[in-house]
Amino acid sequence: MADAMEQLYQQVILDHARVRQGEGELADYGGESFQINPTCGDQVTLRVQLDPAGEKIQALGWTGQGCSISQASLSVMHELVIDQPVSRAEELGGYFRELMAARGKELEGTRLEALEDASAFTGVARYPVRIKCALLGWMALRDALVQARGRA
Amino acid sequence: MLNPDTVRADFPLLGRTVRGGKPLVYLDSGATAQKPQQVIDAESAFYAQTNAAVHRGAHQIAEEATEAYESSRTVVAEFVGADVDEIVWTKNATEALNLVAYGFLNASLAAAAAPGSPAAEAVSPEARTRYALVPGDEIVVSEAEHHANLVPWQQLAAKTGATLRWIGVTAEGRLDPETYSVIGDRTRVLAITHASNVTGAITDVAALVSRARAVGAYVVLDACQTAAHMPVDLHALDVDFAAFSAHKMVGPTGVGALYGRRELLEDLPPFLTGGSMVEVVTMEATSFMPPPQRFEAGTQMVAQVVGFRAAVEYLRELGMEQVAAHEAAMTQLLLEGIAAVPGVRVLGPQDAADRLAVVAFEVDGVHPHDVGQVLDNAGVAVRVGHHCAQPIHRRLGVHASARASAGVYTTIADIEAFIEGLHEVVRFFATPETPTMQASTVESGKGRV
Repeated sequence: MADAMEQLYQQVILDHARVRQGEGELADYGGESFQINPTCGDQVTLRVQLDPAGEKIQALGWTGQGCSISQASLSVMHELVIDQPVSRAEELGGYFRELMAARGKELEGTRLEALEDASAFTGVARYPVRIKCALLGWMALRDALVQARGRA
Repeated sequence: MLNPDTVRADFPLLGRTVRGGKPLVYLDSGATAQKPQQVIDAESAFYAQTNAAVHRGAHQIAEEATEAYESSRTVVAEFVGADVDEIVWTKNATEALNLVAYGFLNASLAAAAAPGSPAAEAVSPEARTRYALVPGDEIVVSEAEHHANLVPWQQLAAKTGATLRWIGVTAEGRLDPETYSVIGDRTRVLAITHASNVTGAITDVAALVSRARAVGAYVVLDACQTAAHMPVDLHALDVDFAAFSAHKMVGPTGVGALYGRRELLEDLPPFLTGGSMVEVVTMEATSFMPPPQRFEAGTQMVAQVVGFRAAVEYLRELGMEQVAAHEAAMTQLLLEGIAAVPGVRVLGPQDAADRLAVVAFEVDGVHPHDVGQVLDNAGVAVRVGHHCAQPIHRRLGVHASARASAGVYTTIADIEAFIEGLHEVVRFFATPETPTMQASTVESGKGRV
């Protein structure tokens, strides 16, 4: 069927939704965020631990439940930001939010490349209701990083 | 027997296409029903010919608008088996239920104030006697309630010190008679749904009313899901208050109604105050109109009220017995169709008796949002999420569900398209192997195929 569905549910999204990176509870963490999407009840609790200098994301773990888009987005996000400087994670989060605001248009080259697997979410932005699903994890990350840095 | 193909011709929206030219299969009437041309025309004609403020102004148009507004009350009252002065217009059923809960709250605040103080005198002695709640009093709801018939009572309990108790739900999604015993000597209010908007199960209202009567509790019925789908006679049901909403009854958004037994509305303190609901206003105090005007503060949604009348006239013309019979047939088809799709489970009664054509379901291993997306791509509109009823989902062991709900215009072809869509959902999300979960300790990316 359904080119539209294959465009939305790219293989990389389905794969990440099935085998999720970063799912699990983090025992030691500097920042935590709980986010809920009230329209569908999807939720995530995300914890982040920075390195001693407070500059790099040393560990990231999340638990929750949600649709394939939200779960895959969390998984891809984990891959992108783990072991990265906080500033890089925030930059990527900005690109991803930009992608979600683009209504299905691709971002220009370097930013799209920077998003790696997350660029597969381009088609999600055509479905306004699903944008929230894709952003759930990124909202949690931004919030948790604010806390983690506050404590560092 | 109602012919849905003829009925459909009255609903312009059902003729449109979605998602690149696919015919619309609308199975979300439980959320909101589509509107027949008769309703659209009635609202439009009011604006084109009769629009004026009601209950004020001495000119001819104001007279006609007032007549349209009040005669609509008569028609809607008859439709639900009520008297005309027992129907209060509200903006929706949620407001109707809050109106009752806030009546209780206002009486409770007055009763708790120092005798003779302005706060105590703010409501009548009759209101205090009837409606004041004190710590130890109990409000009973059910685990199957829509948030609109749960949260206002939860709030009322919190503000008055009353205790909220609830009737449980069986694994099949029906109110559990074993738990009816929560209705006891301290129960003051029983607020209960006429039918679950998730499982479609119809409540045995008579059994609950007789228990409530035995302990002197008031019964508030949420008739949102039933009023458009089966004959509803509020006098025969013998409830004290009831709420329903036009938009689920092929009528406009922006208007609903509260039913209240006459003597109960008489004593109920107002909820919203302001223009149109007052008799004498001085800088110090105000006296209020009798019901129903007492509860209709400010400029009213007159065009929507007129549309509401057209909607119940439309349903009356179809005949509610015929509507119920047609929808029972659709329920049967939905249940049989779903049962034949592997990995799909109905959340609610599996047989069509005593239930509405509101069928929530879960697809094994596929989140409801994804179910809805693939159905939508096939032109099939269903609801996904918790349907404003989180507790019953929790009770049934799921976070959310997808829900197909039928209406007067639902055809066999609609159900077939939906079932075909469900098969597509299962095919699309079929996993080659069992889904696995990996913790963050697993090496990144290596688990994927």
